[in-house]
Amino acid sequence: MNETFTKSMARNIFFGGSLFFFLLLVGLSADTVQRLPERDNRENLTPQVALGKKVWEDNNCLGCHTLLGEGAYFAPELGNVYVRYGNSKEAIKGFITSRPVDGIPGRRSMPQFNMSEEELEAIAEFLKYMSEIDTNDWPPNVQG
Amino acid sequence: MKYQSQKVAKPYFIAAIGLFVGQILFGLIMGLQYVVGDFLFPEIPFNVARMVHTNLLIVWLLFGFMGSTYYMVPEESKTELYSPKLAMLLFWVFLVAGALTIVGYLAVPYARLAELTGNDLLPTMGREFLEQPTITKIGIVIVALGFLFNVGMTLLRGRKTVITMVLFMGLVGLAVFFLFSFYNPHNPVLDKMFWWWVVHLWVEGVWELILGAILAFTLIKVTGVDREVIEKWLYVIIAMALITGLLGTGHHYFFIGTPEYWLWIGSVFSAMEPIPFFMMTLFAFNMVNKRRRQHPNRAAVLWALGTGVMAFLGAGVWGFLHTLAPVNYYTHGSQITAAHGHMAFYGAYVMIVLTMISYAMPMLNGREAANSNKSQVTEMWGFWLMTVSMVFITLFLTGAGILQVYLQRFSDAPLPFMIVQDKIELFYWLREFAGVVFLLGLIVYIVSFFVKGEEARLKPAEQTLVE
Repeated sequence: MNETFTKSMARNIFFGGSLFFFLLLVGLSADTVQRLPERDNRENLTPQVALGKKVWEDNNCLGCHTLLGEGAYFAPELGNVYVRYGNSKEAIKGFITSRPVDGIPGRRSMPQFNMSEEELEAIAEFLKYMSEIDTNDWPPNVQG
Repeated sequence: MKYQSQKVAKPYFIAAIGLFVGQILFGLIMGLQYVVGDFLFPEIPFNVARMVHTNLLIVWLLFGFMGSTYYMVPEESKTELYSPKLAMLLFWVFLVAGALTIVGYLAVPYARLAELTGNDLLPTMGREFLEQPTITKIGIVIVALGFLFNVGMTLLRGRKTVITMVLFMGLVGLAVFFLFSFYNPHNPVLDKMFWWWVVHLWVEGVWELILGAILAFTLIKVTGVDREVIEKWLYVIIAMALITGLLGTGHHYFFIGTPEYWLWIGSVFSAMEPIPFFMMTLFAFNMVNKRRRQHPNRAAVLWALGTGVMAFLGAGVWGFLHTLAPVNYYTHGSQITAAHGHMAFYGAYVMIVLTMISYAMPMLNGREAANSNKSQVTEMWGFWLMTVSMVFITLFLTGAGILQVYLQRFSDAPLPFMIVQDKIELFYWLREFAGVVFLLGLIVYIVSFFVKGEEARLKPAEQTLVE
C-alpha cells in the first residue's frame, strides 16, 4: 500500500468511521422504533397473540418454516398463511391438528404437536397478526 | 511455540474439529430429508437436525476463536497467559454445557426442553440460531466473561499490538452483542429487528475483526512481511468491514415490518460489503507474494489464501447477488439465502479457524514449524475436497434457488411451495452428493494429523526471520 498513506491514518479511519456509522445505526434504529407503531400492527397485540408467539417459539416452528422470510427453508412461509388459507383461523388449526403422528411415507410432514385448544387458538391468532404487518408488500404473491 | 501456556489452545482445536464432524453429519441428515422427507421421522425431525447443525457450527467456531486467541495472545504479548488453569476450566464448562444442550435437542421434544429448562421464566428460545435454553445462554455469557477476563489480564501486562487489540475488540463485541439474545419482546417486529443485532452484527460485524486479526497474525508468521505493513492492511480492512457492515444491517430490514427507508440504506451499504472481503483476498495474495521467507508449512499458506478467496466469493459475491432490495424481494428466504449462508460461513469463518489450526497445530504437537510433507499433502487434499465440494453445494443450492424463485414468486402462475420443492428435487440430490464429498474431505483432513514422516523444517538462514 502507498507510503504516504500511513498506519495512523488507517487507524483513524477505522476508529472514526466505525464510531460514526455505529452511532448512525443506533440513531436510525431509534427512529425506526419510533415509527414502528404505524406499521407493526401493535394495536392488535393481545395477550393471546403474545401466547401464540410463545407457542411458536416453544415448538421451534422456524426450524422448518420461514416467518416473513426468516427461518428455515424446508417448509412454507407462514407470515401470510392466514391469507393463503382464505383468511381462516379454522383452516390453520385444522392443518395443525390433522398431522399424522408417524408422518407420511416418503414425504416431508409436520410433526403432531398435540396442542391444547388454547394453544391452537393462540397460534392461529398469532399467524393472523403476522399477516397484518406492513412488510413493504412482501411476499410477492400469496404462495409466499 | 514460544510460551508454554499457548498449549491450552490444543484441546480447543481438537474439540472444534470433533464438533465440526458432528455438524457435517447432521448436515447430511438434513440434506437427505430434503429429498426423502420421512428420513428419521419422527425421531429426528428436520427442525431438530437443523438446530444441531447450526448450533454445532456456532459452538465449534467459538472453540476455534478461543483456541486461536489462546495461541496468539501470549506470543503477541510476549508473556505467558494470565491463567492457563482458568482457560482449561472454561474449556470443560463450555464443552459439557454444549454437549448437554445438543443431547437435550435430541433426547426430548423441543417444547419439553423449553419446559424443563424454565423457558417460561425468561423466554429466549425458539429463535433461529438462538435456540439454546436460557440457562445455556447464561452459561455462554459466564464462559465469555471468564475468557475475556483471562485474555484481558494477559494483554494488560504484556506488549500491546494492533493484532491483539483488534482481536480483543472483536471478542468483546461478540460478547456484548450476544446480550441482545436475552431481549425477546412480544412484538414480533421488534423481536426480529434486534435479533439481527446478534446475528448480523456478529457475522457481518465483530466477527470480521476476529477474522482479520487471525489472518494478519498467520500472514506475519508464514510470510515474514513487516508488521507495520500488515497492520496497516488490517486497519483498512476492518474499517471497511464496519463502515459498510454496520448500516448493512439494513438489508435485513426490508420486509419484516421496518420502515421503507431501509430499502435504500440496506441496499447501498450492503452492496459495499464485498469490498473488505475483496481487500482480504488482495491482502493475502500480496503478502504471500512479498514474502521474505519460505515457510515450511505450505498447507497453512494455502488455507490463508483460500480464506481470502472463498470469503470473498461466499460472503462478498454470493451476498451481493441477492442484497439489492428489488432482487431480495424475490429471493428473500429462499434457497438462494441457503446457498449464500453455506459458502460465506465456510469461506470466512470455517476456513480462518482451519488456517489457524493448520499453522499452530504442528507446534502444539512439539514440532519446530510444520508437519511432514506427506502430512501436508494429505491436509491439502482435505482442503481441496472440502473447498471444491462447498463450491458445488453452493452452486446446486443456487440452481435450486433460481428455479424456486421463478416457479413460486416470479412466473405468471406462481405454484405452491411444496409443489415447487418436488420440481427442484434433482438439485437437492446433487447437493447431498456434494455434501458426501465434503465429509470425505473432512475425513482426509483429520487423517492428515496422523500421517507421519520427517518433519519439514525452517532453513537455517530463515530461523532468524521468525519474528
